[in-house]
Amino acid sequence: MPELDAAFSALADPTRRAILARLALGEATVMELARPFAMTQPAVSRHLKVLEGAGLIVRRAEGAKRPCRLAPAGIAEIDRWLTMLRAALAANYDRLDEVLAAMNRSKRKGKP
Amino acid sequence: MTGLTLKTEGDRHVVVTRRFAAPPEAVYRAHTEPKLIQKWMLGPAGWTMPVCVNEARPGGKIRYEWSNGKGGGFSLTGEFIELVPFSRIVHVERMHMPDATPDNHVETRFEPDGTGTLMTMRMTLPDANTRAAMLASGMEQGMEASYARLEGVI
Repeated sequence: MPELDAAFSALADPTRRAILARLALGEATVMELARPFAMTQPAVSRHLKVLEGAGLIVRRAEGAKRPCRLAPAGIAEIDRWLTMLRAALAANYDRLDEVLAAMNRSKRKGKP
Repeated sequence: MTGLTLKTEGDRHVVVTRRFAAPPEAVYRAHTEPKLIQKWMLGPAGWTMPVCVNEARPGGKIRYEWSNGKGGGFSLTGEFIELVPFSRIVHVERMHMPDATPDNHVETRFEPDGTGTLMTMRMTLPDANTRAAMLASGMEQGMEASYARLEGVI
């Protein structure tokens, strides 16, 4: 897949990953994307150009707005990230399981 | 006991559920006693929580500071709104990275589930964009954990 290198390179930037995460929730214009990231529209446009070149997003011709949405490859990446977020939370709660088991043991020990 | 679920709901909510083998009293205590919180609420491997303030009463303060031991760190502050011992905690929180993120309103319920507990954590963000940004930063942490593991493998 010739676009694979470009996709990995595009994904190496945290802002671009965050833009993809936003697009996972639905189509957005440059203006809508610029707002939560406290970035100028030209800065966002530069990131979008990279993402588009990597085949991670597609843009619709609609006047000057050109809304963006995820390309299927981008959706697959977002799925992978959500899985990782779940994994990070899961690691916390696995530790909590151990803490709860230890609390139970010390409670039993405390009983006559 | 696993089976974590993480779902978005509507435009502004994120709902996490998890079952635990221990009764609600123990799970509630593990969420409100600093010495217990510091043992598990740590994120990626290698991170610790050197500062843990948890004043579990209405209006009480929350302050968690995490460190990776290499100069990296971030913190979370918040305030308790309502606590019903062993069954419900309502609080607001925000991350400082270092700029404060918009307030996340969190309701955590602990319900008896057989001999264990079903925990349901429902987060409400100010708007869809803030929720997207929060999920994205959470993803960053998840990514960092896996990169750290990758470094170990390589």
